[in-house]
Amino acid sequence: MRKVFVKTLLELAQKDERIMLLTGDLGFTVLEPFRDAFPKRFFNCGVAEQNMAGIATGLAEAGFIPFFYSIVTFAVLRPYEFIRNGAILHQLPVRIVGVGGGFEYGSAGITHYGLEDIAVMRAQPGITVIAPADSAQARSAILESWNLPGPVYYRLSKDDRTVVSGLNGEFALGRAQVVRKGKDVAIISLGGISAEAAAAAEKLLLLGIDVSLVVIASVHPAPREDLARIISGHSLVFTVEEHYINGGIGSLAAEVIAENGLSARLVRLGVKQGYNGVSGSQGYMKKINGLSAEAICRAIQKSCRDDTPKVKLSRKAV
Amino acid sequence: MLKSNDFSGKIRKIIIEQCKRANVGHIGSALSIADLVGVLYDSILKMPADDHNRRDRFILSKGHAALAVYAALFLKKMISLEQLNGYCADGSLLGVHPEHFLKGVDFSSGSLGQGLSFGAGAALAARMQKSARRVFVLVSDGECNEGALWEAVMFSAHHKLANLTAIIDCNGQQAFGYTKDVLSLDPLAQRWRAFGWDVHEIDGNDPKAIKDTFEALDFSSGSPHAIIARTVFGKGVSYMQSQIKWHYWPMSDAEYQQALSEIKDNE
Repeated sequence: MRKVFVKTLLELAQKDERIMLLTGDLGFTVLEPFRDAFPKRFFNCGVAEQNMAGIATGLAEAGFIPFFYSIVTFAVLRPYEFIRNGAILHQLPVRIVGVGGGFEYGSAGITHYGLEDIAVMRAQPGITVIAPADSAQARSAILESWNLPGPVYYRLSKDDRTVVSGLNGEFALGRAQVVRKGKDVAIISLGGISAEAAAAAEKLLLLGIDVSLVVIASVHPAPREDLARIISGHSLVFTVEEHYINGGIGSLAAEVIAENGLSARLVRLGVKQGYNGVSGSQGYMKKINGLSAEAICRAIQKSCRDDTPKVKLSRKAV
Repeated sequence: MLKSNDFSGKIRKIIIEQCKRANVGHIGSALSIADLVGVLYDSILKMPADDHNRRDRFILSKGHAALAVYAALFLKKMISLEQLNGYCADGSLLGVHPEHFLKGVDFSSGSLGQGLSFGAGAALAARMQKSARRVFVLVSDGECNEGALWEAVMFSAHHKLANLTAIIDCNGQQAFGYTKDVLSLDPLAQRWRAFGWDVHEIDGNDPKAIKDTFEALDFSSGSPHAIIARTVFGKGVSYMQSQIKWHYWPMSDAEYQQALSEIKDNE
């Protein structure tokens, strides 16, 4: 998504001179096309993310649309109060670009994992929070949101290749994307982990469990109506997110279920344990946290078994 | 003896009256910047119209002294007496800390260490837009405890934001003690200078010195400017001066009468 971000931003910047790009000294081999095309609208603010968020606020107040770029934790958590008291409080068009949600920085360890960014950002009224599932959706999302009057947070993946089959680059603010309609259980997945969820759905289908797959990329505004409609059609719902289970889309689904008086049982799949110092590749980290396609599949199979006969499968599960 | 010009004297009187009416503190912090704010609003800031491209920006980064700015806005007829009398009242836009929702305030503040970054961004924007507008940010000395402030100090010097001026209200006090005891800032002027700023040390309660210093600054080229303004906390009210408790304390009736009479004597 990083490449499509820069490509899209370049196109927009050619048309709109308000667009600027700031970085907290990250983006080597990624941001150069923008830097080279618009050297006067590109600022490496140094390893100083709080100031970068403040600079962006001052620029936006004067009419610019500054995008500021860093790894998720440094883009969101370090300058969080600046974002709150700056772009959000003043309702300015600052764009926060966080790269590498979840475990994407693998062996870099916990300091580089984005595991609570969605929770803290969606807690704030007045900011749009977008977590695309693949590059095509990232492009659609950027094109739909770059010119919003208030701030936007983009949680982007480094992964430029993965495609979520059936998503077709669709995105709409405040809407969820139904990638697949099934009769048995529903999987609701957040952004970048949707490919794993889709793979799990494929496996489950072969095992006789017919799955609805729903992607949430517009986290805030949340697709509450879509979720209520989808959840009400299922008795067992799973949320999948590369994020702590508290505060993310699992919590969002729980809010929708409670507020609408729905009867579905919710199983939240996400990161449940604190860090113990053990790291590895993103794939490894997802696996040990129960977020690989296989682990998601197993968890859903187990819940279906445990919930029988409450969950009536459309056909006999293997 | 206080040597306040008329504008700063009026600011002081409003600070005392409004703090008493609302029964709130932060009096000493507001009094210490009365002369700085007075000179800025009376003589320095160019504000041809709200939406004018050349309108200077002023950011009170030490937001807890907002009453001094409200007083200036009132004296410049930018807010009404009714609004001013709503200071700290229910439903008022005039809280302890300034909010951008109030016309005349460009940036909200209240969390120390953020205003200079906003100001650096605003100054960079002015330069990019080829506007002659300037940005003034008033920070407190205690605020220099905040690490993020020094990020903004480095950024501004690196980009030679000559249209940016930081005014450091050095009253030597912070909420829970004297700055020299809490987290020493000395030598403050050398620190700002070492970071690449054009530093001027002045008596921050001397309106003429303040005005002369601002008027001599080169806002078009060179380094950003730091005015190390040596002020007296609670300036103008003898029993408040350099007393820690007047960071938070409200006045009794007797204290109010004494404060008013001292301010009046010096008008």
